[in-house]
Amino acid sequence: MRSAWRMLVRDARAGELGVLAAALVIACASVTSVGFFADRVGQALARDAHQLLGADLVLAADHPWNARIVERVRRAGAEAEAMNFVSMALRAGASQLAGVKAVSENYPLRGRLRIAAAPGAPDEEAKQGPAPGTVWLEERLITALQAPVGSRIRVGRSELRVAAVLTLEPERAANFFNLAPRLIMNIGDVPATGLVQPGSRISYYLYAAGEREQMARLERSLAGELGRGERMETLESGRPDVRASVERAQRFLSLTALLAAVLAGVAIALGARRFVERHLDGCAVMRCLGATQARLLALYAGEFALLGAIACALGALAGYGAQLGIGYALADVIRTELPAPTARPALQGFLVGFVLLLGFALPPLVQLRGVPALRVMRREAGAPQRAALGAYAAGLVALGALLIWQAGDLKLGAYVVGGFAGAVLVFYALAWAALALVSRLRPRHRALRYGLASLRRHAGGNAVQVASLALGLTALLLLTFTRNDLVDAWRRTAPPDAPNRFLLGVQPDQLQPVQAFLRSQGLGDPQLYPMVRGRVVAVNGRPVREADYTEERARRLVEREFNLSYMDAPPAHNAITAGRWTSEGLSVEDGIAQRLGWKLGDELTFNVAGDTFSARITSLRRVRWDSMKVNFFVIAPPRILAPFPASYISAFRVPPGREAALNALASAFPNVTLVDIGALLRQAQAVVEQLVDAVQFIFLFALGAGLLVLYAALVATEDERRREAAVMRVYGASRAHVAAAQRVEFMAMGLLAGVLATAGAALIGQLLARRVFELDLPPSAALLVAGPLAGVALLSLNAWLSSRKVLRASPALILREST
Amino acid sequence: MQTKASVLVARGIGKAVKSGAGELVILRDIDLAVTPGEAVAVVGASGSGKSTLLAILAGLDTPSSGSVFLDGAELFALDEDARAELRGRVLGFVFQSFQLLPALTALENVMLPLELGAVHDGEQRARQMLVRVGLGERLHHYPKHLSGGEQQRVALARAFVVRPKLLLADEPTGSLDAQSGAAVIDLLFELNRENATTLVLVTHDDALAARCARVVRLVAGRLA
Repeated sequence: MRSAWRMLVRDARAGELGVLAAALVIACASVTSVGFFADRVGQALARDAHQLLGADLVLAADHPWNARIVERVRRAGAEAEAMNFVSMALRAGASQLAGVKAVSENYPLRGRLRIAAAPGAPDEEAKQGPAPGTVWLEERLITALQAPVGSRIRVGRSELRVAAVLTLEPERAANFFNLAPRLIMNIGDVPATGLVQPGSRISYYLYAAGEREQMARLERSLAGELGRGERMETLESGRPDVRASVERAQRFLSLTALLAAVLAGVAIALGARRFVERHLDGCAVMRCLGATQARLLALYAGEFALLGAIACALGALAGYGAQLGIGYALADVIRTELPAPTARPALQGFLVGFVLLLGFALPPLVQLRGVPALRVMRREAGAPQRAALGAYAAGLVALGALLIWQAGDLKLGAYVVGGFAGAVLVFYALAWAALALVSRLRPRHRALRYGLASLRRHAGGNAVQVASLALGLTALLLLTFTRNDLVDAWRRTAPPDAPNRFLLGVQPDQLQPVQAFLRSQGLGDPQLYPMVRGRVVAVNGRPVREADYTEERARRLVEREFNLSYMDAPPAHNAITAGRWTSEGLSVEDGIAQRLGWKLGDELTFNVAGDTFSARITSLRRVRWDSMKVNFFVIAPPRILAPFPASYISAFRVPPGREAALNALASAFPNVTLVDIGALLRQAQAVVEQLVDAVQFIFLFALGAGLLVLYAALVATEDERRREAAVMRVYGASRAHVAAAQRVEFMAMGLLAGVLATAGAALIGQLLARRVFELDLPPSAALLVAGPLAGVALLSLNAWLSSRKVLRASPALILREST
Repeated sequence: MQTKASVLVARGIGKAVKSGAGELVILRDIDLAVTPGEAVAVVGASGSGKSTLLAILAGLDTPSSGSVFLDGAELFALDEDARAELRGRVLGFVFQSFQLLPALTALENVMLPLELGAVHDGEQRARQMLVRVGLGERLHHYPKHLSGGEQQRVALARAFVVRPKLLLADEPTGSLDAQSGAAVIDLLFELNRENATTLVLVTHDDALAARCARVVRLVAGRLA
């Protein structure tokens, strides 16, 4: 080990390890800064998104929770309780069905309810739940009951004072159980109302919040203990709409981390190759002096291991510092406090660094072991062999596995790894062919001619360089243009004219009047869909049991009642993906069909209010849940469902400023419920916007890694160019001439690399958009122009920088060094 | 003829390589025995195969036929690693192109064989050696800052610091001007005498060869 340390010091002193060390430091810094920051943002997102859940963990049951479980929740962190049921709210002869939520005073544990002093007055966060003896009413309820703040209403046997207007309850939206307007009361007041009776349909909620570790442990310990009619909800299991956004955000972050790591690997491979080429002679001498193969390998492996350890440590520190800086820079944009990162990203950084070293520095290093001593006398012996791609196979596999682990998503990781691997191979082949073609040209201009002749001379090496440059450029383009295009395409999926109100509970005899009313208020003519509640009791004659399913979501789905509907034609915003829409069969959403193992032709038996019916699945539908339009899991034939009692639901858009029309609707139809999804959507979108801004900063590091690849690729041939330039100048070429020839060569390579990179970025962008993110991505004119320009610009810049170094030293010195 | 006293014995050495249509024979049936303390010059015109012969004698290249015994061990019955170890113990090298490691100072270059052999007082011995060859003031200079003659002197120091039994020199003055070359050769023979080393010297220079006790001439791959 002492010898390895000595070698490290000597090589570092001689500047041999500069590129390699920088590559490792940047690789580790990129990975850890992305990792740390993603870790913090991910934690913050999860924490903020929990506002929509009202807690970190929600336990729901159709019977009271037993004291043991309540105690366990209490011990794990903060605990709140709620009861959910519907009841009439009464005042001065008017009555109204209200969705009552009786809460303990510390509800919610995450996020805040918002209340106002009067309808339309500015609202503010409520510090805690309503005090005993008071209620908070949703605006619609106040209108329906004509019960302004300060008045008294009756709930059950109790009289309660209206203390505030409830303007926002994060937990409520998109949950069709809450058909009636919200009334929030203190849970301590419930017994006095006399509303809790045998047979009452009441949902009992336990909310838990606390440190991640505690919550995770609580979740694990309770998971196996829940009985029939009891369930646990976490961010992952509930709220498909928010979940979709959060997942997309996490994918963007993972993608950035992936690209940075892949680019680092390329830079390390290039740096290691150069290192090996410059050490071949030294190894031959050492073999003469008595070093065995094993000794040599041990020496170099030791040197690189030490280098890896030092560089990764520096990289992790740099990464931590960088993400601190990002945090400060984004303090205004993010507007929430980011929790401290865990240590996991640092470990990941070290792991990535060492996998990169082993996978990409080791294959060329192994070559040093086999240098024959004869090389000291005959230079051709032991000439550097370009390690075949196969030698990197182990490294590629390890890197691929690591990337997939970091991505947390097999599909995404596989696509990126596959995409880059394929890109490298394709780039190399295309570059080689193109260079061979171009170099056949015989232009008049002397510098052009020499430049192209140079291209032909270095064909193989140039192809590798062009491929590496194209790779780096592809990453740059992906991270700038394609990223913007993907984000824009994603933003378009939640169009500004999406519905922002759900209309629920319209009775059949109100259908015409409601439609007329909406039209008269200028709220358009939205479609009203019939809704019947039913529970699946058998599939193909076999009774359904929760225990039949292992996946948690599937079990919940099969346990609850479905919102069934019937209609003559499939909704315009659903796409039939399998089978055929008929008027005799069921049309099922393909997601739950897959989740519950239902196939075309299966016969489902439903229980609706005590009666059953059966029908076969004749078609599957693709539904976009984040479109905010009305969607149903199961649509049945009109012939079967029409006889059952139904209420009607709809989704429509209320333009800002027209909310007064909604009050008129509520007054006219007091039993109908309106759900404001606009507010909720705004909340979710704000969270995601914050994330996108954060991600933009993270992209800078992947950009840095990309630039390093470019630098490493160019440095790789620096030695050769210096020797050639020296020889040319010995033969009388002037500095200017040599510089011009090199410029031509570089520009040709730059243009080619740019074109290849543009094609690569466009292709990968399309693949990602279609397969992974399920977006439509139109081709980008900006990309087509920017790519080749960037290639030429970057290479020209480097040509200028490089030619100064190449031409500065005297030919004699260079030639002396090389023999 | 193999005697226990010989440091180096070569029997029936032949070397042929594939070239174009057929075979090119570089060496033919070479027999050579070198006794301890001897200084042997191998002379021949350029292309006569003398560097190839030296490479084979050192175990750097394998002969097509024949065998070499170095310090009693049959060289080509050993594997590459064992040969390397034997070289480290027994041989010293001086090359035409000096073959110093450019990233190491003069002192570190001379220390290198001692480090590889895990010798403890390596730095001290290397220092003394460099002083002996007249480079005591240039210990921390890199090869690129030394003249050709100085670099070859560092190479001599490196070769002799391990006190080899046999020194192999391949055109040691080939890259040097007459004056530096003469100084280097004088130093080489001095060190040879001081260390009682056996010397095999390959050269095309007859005058240099005349300074050795025995001259062996190679003509077209055969010993004349």
